[in-house]
Amino acid sequence: MADKIGIYVCHCGSNIAGTIDVEEVARWAGKNIGDVVVSKDYKFLCSSLGQQMIEDDIRSEGLTGVVVGACSPHLHEKTFRNACKRAGLNPFLCQMTNLREHVSWVNSDKAAGTKKAKALIFAAAERVKRQKPLEPMEVEVNPATLVVGGGIAGLQATLELADAGYLVYLVEREPSIGGHMAQFDKTFPTLDCSACILTPKMSEVGQHENVTMFTYSELEEVSGSVGNFKVKIRKKARYVDYDKCTGCGICTEKCPRKVIDDVFEAGMGYRKAIYSPFPQAVPRIPVIDAENCTWFTRGKCRVCSKVCPTDAVDYDQKDEIVELNVGNIIMATGWKLFDCKRIPQYGFGRLANVYTNMEFERLCNAAGPTSGKIVMRDGKTEPKSVAIVHCVGSRDVNSNPYCSGVCCMAALKFGHLVLEKTKAEVYSFYIDMRTPMKDYEEFYQRLLEEGMHFVRGKVAEVTDAARKPDEKGKLIVQVEDTLLGKQRRIPVDMVILMGGLEPQADAKELGLKCGISCSMAGWYTERHPKLDPVATMTDGVFVAGVCQGPKDIPAAVAQGAAAAARVAGMIAKGTVTIEPIVASIDEEGCSGCRICNNLCPFNAIEYDEEKKVSRVITALCKGCGTCVAACPAGVITGAHFNNEQIFAEIDGILWDAKPQAEVEIASV
Amino acid sequence: MSNENFDPKIVGFFCNWCSYRAADLAGSARIKYPLNVRIIRVMCSGRVDPTFVLKALADGADGVMIAGCHPGECHYINQNYKAMRRYEMLKHTLTAMGVEPERVRLVWASAAEGRQLAEAIDKLVSDVRRLGPLHWPRNWDENGERQKALDDIVKEHEEAMEVPA
Amino acid sequence: MSDKPKGKLALYWAASCGGCDIAVLAIDEKILNVAEAFDIVFWPCAADGKVRDVEKMDDGSIDVCLFNGGIRTSEQEYMAQLLRRKSKVLVAFGSCASEGCIPGLANMNTRKEVFDTVYKEGSATVPENPQDVRPQPATKMPEGILHLPVFYDTLRTLDQTVEVDYYLPGCPPEAENIWKAITAIRGKGVRNLLCEAPEGPSRQKVPDTFSAVIGLNTTVCEECPRKRGEKKIKKFYRTWEIIPDEETCLLEQGLLCCGIATRAGCGALCPAVNSPCIGCYGANDGVADFGARMMSALASVIDSDDPDEIRRIIEEGIPDPVGSFYRFSLAASQLRRKKKMQIA
Repeated sequence: MADKIGIYVCHCGSNIAGTIDVEEVARWAGKNIGDVVVSKDYKFLCSSLGQQMIEDDIRSEGLTGVVVGACSPHLHEKTFRNACKRAGLNPFLCQMTNLREHVSWVNSDKAAGTKKAKALIFAAAERVKRQKPLEPMEVEVNPATLVVGGGIAGLQATLELADAGYLVYLVEREPSIGGHMAQFDKTFPTLDCSACILTPKMSEVGQHENVTMFTYSELEEVSGSVGNFKVKIRKKARYVDYDKCTGCGICTEKCPRKVIDDVFEAGMGYRKAIYSPFPQAVPRIPVIDAENCTWFTRGKCRVCSKVCPTDAVDYDQKDEIVELNVGNIIMATGWKLFDCKRIPQYGFGRLANVYTNMEFERLCNAAGPTSGKIVMRDGKTEPKSVAIVHCVGSRDVNSNPYCSGVCCMAALKFGHLVLEKTKAEVYSFYIDMRTPMKDYEEFYQRLLEEGMHFVRGKVAEVTDAARKPDEKGKLIVQVEDTLLGKQRRIPVDMVILMGGLEPQADAKELGLKCGISCSMAGWYTERHPKLDPVATMTDGVFVAGVCQGPKDIPAAVAQGAAAAARVAGMIAKGTVTIEPIVASIDEEGCSGCRICNNLCPFNAIEYDEEKKVSRVITALCKGCGTCVAACPAGVITGAHFNNEQIFAEIDGILWDAKPQAEVEIASV
Repeated sequence: MSNENFDPKIVGFFCNWCSYRAADLAGSARIKYPLNVRIIRVMCSGRVDPTFVLKALADGADGVMIAGCHPGECHYINQNYKAMRRYEMLKHTLTAMGVEPERVRLVWASAAEGRQLAEAIDKLVSDVRRLGPLHWPRNWDENGERQKALDDIVKEHEEAMEVPA
Repeated sequence: MSDKPKGKLALYWAASCGGCDIAVLAIDEKILNVAEAFDIVFWPCAADGKVRDVEKMDDGSIDVCLFNGGIRTSEQEYMAQLLRRKSKVLVAFGSCASEGCIPGLANMNTRKEVFDTVYKEGSATVPENPQDVRPQPATKMPEGILHLPVFYDTLRTLDQTVEVDYYLPGCPPEAENIWKAITAIRGKGVRNLLCEAPEGPSRQKVPDTFSAVIGLNTTVCEECPRKRGEKKIKKFYRTWEIIPDEETCLLEQGLLCCGIATRAGCGALCPAVNSPCIGCYGANDGVADFGARMMSALASVIDSDDPDEIRRIIEEGIPDPVGSFYRFSLAASQLRRKKKMQIA
């Protein structure tokens, strides 16, 4: 059957017609391109009348393919595909070509524009003749959801879904949920007590009938695809029986082994070898740190086992792998603090009274190592002056180019706490003060009024090398004050470095497990930076919180809720549609060379050891076509982007480049 | 070299997610750049088969631009790295085939880089213009000698046929 | 078979080494069966026969012509056209006719460069040539003008010259495949064989869903017994650099084995003797450029994301990309030849 192609060239008012002779293009296409039965130009093809015209032609002329020369397919491909569908033509037999963004808007020469438009229309027409009808697939959505990360973003997502009546599995690496927010003393700009607003949410999650928590556990493996993921969770050995333990805490109290707590206390305090990270931990089941436990290292002690009233301590416990089936995954894996030692001139780790922001959070926390007293490393002296250094590992080409977004506000919060709790002078050394959200600028104004000193300039160095008598025994902050235009040396007792936010060390590895990618900086890439900020390129995998990019608590909460809403929407609908643009392997032709086997980041290609052929798992395939281009035998086909279609497109797009003399098929 | 009137034909293979959108953005921002690059949309730069490039050149293109997301920002995680490896391999072969490697270019453009993309197109077009036309198909003809030689043989054989054996 | 009327068979060689003609004889005693089924009307290599006799035949009177060799001279082109006209079925026999093969690699040079090598720098055939005498297409003699065939700049494949019905791959085709092809043609009769190609069997329209190639539609790995795993290559080796393990895939050991892209049918002869496949059976069905398949596949599995390292791996490991990827198929590739000097 011969093709019957309809060509439609849009004026888009004067947007296209202004620099392309659209009437000429339509007339020319009707005469010069084979199998074209209709070729029209129209004022606004995307209008309902324009769409109606195409639909009428499909019906009356029996069109087998439609070419729309208009704007970007990213704008209106759906519109015209739907129009075709309404008229009974498979939507994948409609091809758009971009005459506006790629021709008329970037050029003012009408002759040149018209020429390029003809080539693009020719290419689209040659292509559409070879396009095949495709049908999207529907799969059912498992209503259970996996949330990875028990920080505030993950908790919010968990609660939203659980409250809506859906089952949630929450995986947290640490022994307790809560995340970084549990470490903070106050939150800006309201100065709410962080624990006071967080712990109710934690216990709600802990007690929720729809939530199953896996703390001290990690995501091991993900397979399957949207609607039907299979995940494996590694429950690390806790050495405490989850069911027997009542969380009384007597084991921790009696444990003779004290260890510096690098995680929760940021190195500022101690914990025991059997411990819960903090008093309000959820769950309250402690874990044994086998690396430091005397029983595990020296084979002696067993005190915890002896004192446990319920006989819950189990030194023989092993890691356990749990397999779960879920329909969607929300990644809320958070962040880690920039290692301030990477900027040695700021002296952290070398100069005792240089602190990181996380250390200072613990220092002023009432539940922290000093019970909230702001004192220097000696544990008793109150500082008389405190310097807060902004942008440590942020906005710096030597470490991270991005702004961490939260440090300015946290610095103001610290300033307030120091002024409130001590008589010290507080200096803030900033590049730019960034206070864009609700009530943030007001908080800045408040600190100006409270007497915090602001010095605009990036700190060059923090040193203890005194040059003048008044610098003796002090930390000297060397800075160029860019408002005064001069170098300053400001001696202080204590320095707080506002370390930036960085992606988790294993973010990339974890992302690969579920098929999502990271930006250059290492943050998870959302599907669209503006319009789809919680979805990812892998259907059924969503992101929330700082793992997607630096943000503060309200933004993380909002994103957690947004991800949950997306998931809830899919569960409520019950099914999900999968694009039919996928690869397939002709098993007859496949010789099992295995070139394609490790090219797929979505693990959509499997090798059948028995038949010695490779196979595409359609539900996992995202349709990028990389394996198609790699197959040395040419037996992998990419639907809607197969070689024949692209070759035809090349032929069409170069219709005016082939010297006629060269097209010589020898006459016999 | 007087190539000012030469209007190069360049085929672009642009990925759907970043570079095609960068070209869309250049349009929306009304950035003016030469029309020589005719864009074919593929889902990912990883779909670009070296055959596409060779075919475009053989069919009369003077240059080819392959455009994808920046390394690390591929919408298919890391498939643009495969495009990069193939591009290096292809350039190595094209150089051996006597094709100036400047004619085939791989560029990275994020969806936000309309201006950068327009500049890259500008640069490629001017580089190809400087190199002059490639018009590859003419590489195969024999400067008209072929038909004459064949005619000579036919004539000679016909004459010989007339001589009685 | 004997109840069928005898068919007429012609064999011809153009730019080739002669190996294909030997390969036909290498089917051993089966050649007698061929003689039983066909009258061999023209086979300059093995039987007496004049071009003039062919010219006198009616068009289409030869049932099958097995044509080996590429088209490098005007005489070869003339013979291709002549035999096309006289034959019902024209088979591009072997790699040279199908895709140019080794003679096609001279497309990396021009006629002048080829002549310089042979007539100026000295060769086995022309050891000394102090007067720098070159073949001339026309020489005036007292008796009249003498013609030599014109030597083309670019070697063409048979199907770039005339329409071809079938292809028999290989350098040379394996005896078994030749016998299979001949029995297929004889058994089904020419007409039946052609009927399998509703759209007309010609590789000129690439890509073509119909395979006009008499052979398997898969690649050499299918026939290679070596153990294959997922591929990641950090360094390419040339054959003399390593002694490969006899059981593992040669490509995984860094050798440029073309088996991944090469049509099966030979029985993986080269890998069987621990030597990488060089690709003589050409590309699989629907493949428009053999070298591009190799380039794309190999590049895809290079184990590096750093452009400088990738470049180093490629340049150090593959010093002769055209010879490695287009050893047999340069003339049939998309570009067909090296770029000639700038054409005004």
